[in-house]
Amino acid sequence: MGTLILKTATRLLTGLILVFSVYLLFRGHQSPGGGFAGALVAGTAFALFAISEGAQALRRAVRIDPRLLTVIGLLTALAAGMTAAIDAKPFLTGLWWGMGHGADAHAFIGTPVIFDIGVYLTVLGTILTLVLALEGD
Amino acid sequence: MEGKLPARVRWHYLAALLPAGLFALLGANLPATAGGQIWNWQVDWVAGLGATLGLRLDGLSMLFGLVITAVGTLVTVYSGAYIGGHRNTGRYQILLQSFMVAMLGLVLADNLILLFIFWELTTFTSFLLIGFEHDRTDARESARQALFVTGAGGLAMLAGFILIGQAAGSYSLTEVLTHGNRLTRDPRYPIILVLVLAGAFTKSAQFPFHFWLPNAMTAPTPISAFLHSATMVKAGIYLLARLHPVMSGPPAWTTTLTLFGAVTALTGAIMAFGQTDLKRILAYTTLMALGMLTLFLGGTHTAALVAAMTFFLVHALYKSALFLVVGILDHETGTRRLDAVRGLRRPMPWTAAAALAAALSMAGFPLFFGFVGKEIMYDGALSMDFLPGPVTVVAVAANTLMTAVAGILFVRPFLGRLDAAGTAIHEAPPPLFGGPLLLGGTGILFGIIPGWVSRWLIQPAVHAMGQDGSPVTLSLFHGLSLPLLLSIITLTVGVGCYLSRHTLARLVFQGTRVWPLPLESAYQGVLRGILGIGRWQTRWLQNGSLHRYLFVIIAAFVGLSTWALAAGGQWPAPGGIPELALREWLLVGLEAAAVVAVVMTRTRLVAISGLGVVGAGLALIFLIFGAPDVALTQLMVETLTVIIVAVILLRLPDLRSRECGDRPVRIADGLLALAAGTAVAVMLINATAAPLDRGVTAFYEQQSLVAAHGRNIVNVILVDFRALDTLGEITVVALAGLSAFALIRRERNGRGGPWER
Repeated sequence: MGTLILKTATRLLTGLILVFSVYLLFRGHQSPGGGFAGALVAGTAFALFAISEGAQALRRAVRIDPRLLTVIGLLTALAAGMTAAIDAKPFLTGLWWGMGHGADAHAFIGTPVIFDIGVYLTVLGTILTLVLALEGD
Repeated sequence: MEGKLPARVRWHYLAALLPAGLFALLGANLPATAGGQIWNWQVDWVAGLGATLGLRLDGLSMLFGLVITAVGTLVTVYSGAYIGGHRNTGRYQILLQSFMVAMLGLVLADNLILLFIFWELTTFTSFLLIGFEHDRTDARESARQALFVTGAGGLAMLAGFILIGQAAGSYSLTEVLTHGNRLTRDPRYPIILVLVLAGAFTKSAQFPFHFWLPNAMTAPTPISAFLHSATMVKAGIYLLARLHPVMSGPPAWTTTLTLFGAVTALTGAIMAFGQTDLKRILAYTTLMALGMLTLFLGGTHTAALVAAMTFFLVHALYKSALFLVVGILDHETGTRRLDAVRGLRRPMPWTAAAALAAALSMAGFPLFFGFVGKEIMYDGALSMDFLPGPVTVVAVAANTLMTAVAGILFVRPFLGRLDAAGTAIHEAPPPLFGGPLLLGGTGILFGIIPGWVSRWLIQPAVHAMGQDGSPVTLSLFHGLSLPLLLSIITLTVGVGCYLSRHTLARLVFQGTRVWPLPLESAYQGVLRGILGIGRWQTRWLQNGSLHRYLFVIIAAFVGLSTWALAAGGQWPAPGGIPELALREWLLVGLEAAAVVAVVMTRTRLVAISGLGVVGAGLALIFLIFGAPDVALTQLMVETLTVIIVAVILLRLPDLRSRECGDRPVRIADGLLALAAGTAVAVMLINATAAPLDRGVTAFYEQQSLVAAHGRNIVNVILVDFRALDTLGEITVVALAGLSAFALIRRERNGRGGPWER
């Protein structure tokens, strides 16, 4: 299916969509988006790439085994949950660093964000696993 | 076999440091427990379930703990020489030490839930150890049998523990034990008793569950010595002793334990005669011992409990020694058959000495610890609450047969003339005969100083079982009394039984043919039945056809929702035409047109695109009603579904082909689809008819920014408020992905996948 139009569009779009997906991931806490939606967007980017360039090219481009990505995602989410133990809080309690309180909150990093990154990686890894397995030779 | 050890097995002796160290640690606390102190250690674990990591060391735990660690040390050293050259020695040692620690945890646990976990760990490690020679079919089958029987009992026991926890208000043994007769007066007591006994009886191989123990003799012999004589099978005995203070007393306890114990003891003692494999003989005599222990725990008087604890120690010493001796014979002569070799006392003097000491203790000769134990047993039998007379007869009969078996075990292999083939046999290396020699020697030592044993080991254990503080004394000579007379009868008749052993063996052999105990075939029947049900339902439900799966799932959904609606829902009142804005009407039209296209089309690509349109329309509806997050996710899921399904569809047969079902199938599918759609619609109308409870939403709206620093409530719920749910969901996502990968790969490799059917 590698027509010229599709190939050219894919070159342009894949990167854009990926950037957009990361944008969705990080804005999720305040506006529509989040790890799950972001990962789905990234998944479409890779699916597009696979349709245009083939599964082999996608496998080369991704570099790491998507199953490993899934596992890393799960472990990241787990680790984010475990971090609460530092503060002697129950599993998965959110911890925030560098923030104000109430209405003038200007939080920049907290364990829920890391947890969301874990969700992102898990879902993306799963989609890539499926796409590569199905598109494979 | 050679007498010198390969260098690579020496590290096994290092592993013995673990049990030896634990033995020393326990021994250092001996004065404290003998003085009646209870050592306690608690850490909160799952506080919500009442499960704490609590350990407790009292006289009873001490007695069992010392036996576990002492026999564990000797068995570890022995194993180094026994299993040394095997390719899986590392696995063997790890399993052995894991079992030892689990068993020690079992007798030290202060929390019933913790006790159950250790209990299951011993079941599990025992399964792996019985099946250690896993390339042999009989080893695998015996391991599975032991796992099923003891595992099923363990689950029943867990249910019993939970009921105990409810009745006593705590899972802590320390607390449960303070409640006196609160458990026995509880209306749930009969159920608790049945469940706990199911656990104890399966683990301790009581009739009618005893058949797994002789089969478990496929384990390496040191494992049998450790697990199937001294420790694991005693776990049930420990449990009965542990709960004795709060559960004994009612007739249900005394009669059940006495009867089952007596039947087990007699079965074991009689069956031991019909065997020719030395290990199976030992297994059946172990059944006899376990039966006697259960029987004595059925009593409530101090004498019966002293008998149980003393005989536990006596049996642990002589039986593990005899197992280890049989292991040596197997190792050095290559056979375990009773009549295979004779006259081994000449080439193997040390082994013969160990066997002699153990056998004499087993037979209960004076000056041996077994003699002390036997007198105490008769004392206990006469004090039983339930049928003391018959119980005493059973005890005498079982002990008589044991005396004869002890004779067979020593005389047959070790005495007599060594034949020509036997001249090549050498004495085993010291690590092999050292263990049994030490155990046999301890049997003599304890027979000489019974006062010390009763003061430091037996009395604290009996006192820990809630008996009043009256002193317990064991001695070699109790004076001219009924027990002494019974002991003399036992020895005399035992010698008579030994002399007529061939007649007895023939009787047992013919007896089992005339009246075979159908227990094992019953077990096999149950197993076959379960497998049959499994195969049947696999053929029907799990036949690999996606069409069948979807049909079953959707039909179940329709059935359940109809049932729920019939129970509490109402048929929607026919309302007028709803007032919708133009764009909403357009959306409805789009959706309807897409659905019609999906149903009518003859090509899969159109069908999947139509479904995509339906999904995208849904996303638009979400967007209109102010749920951008859901809309975004919906849109992306639809897009990906279309892409992925399109890839698959290209490989599937055409919709018109016969493979997609003929007319009746299609009609059934259509009807089911209509029913499912109707059910969803009715449920939605019902759900929206009720006023929406905004309490939860209000909470999230209020707390989202304050507590979780986020304005997007949906995301805050996902990653913070209900992050545990999300963690579970992404785990499912990952597992589903990996499973799909495995399935696709399987199909690729040409081994037949679900799509090929």
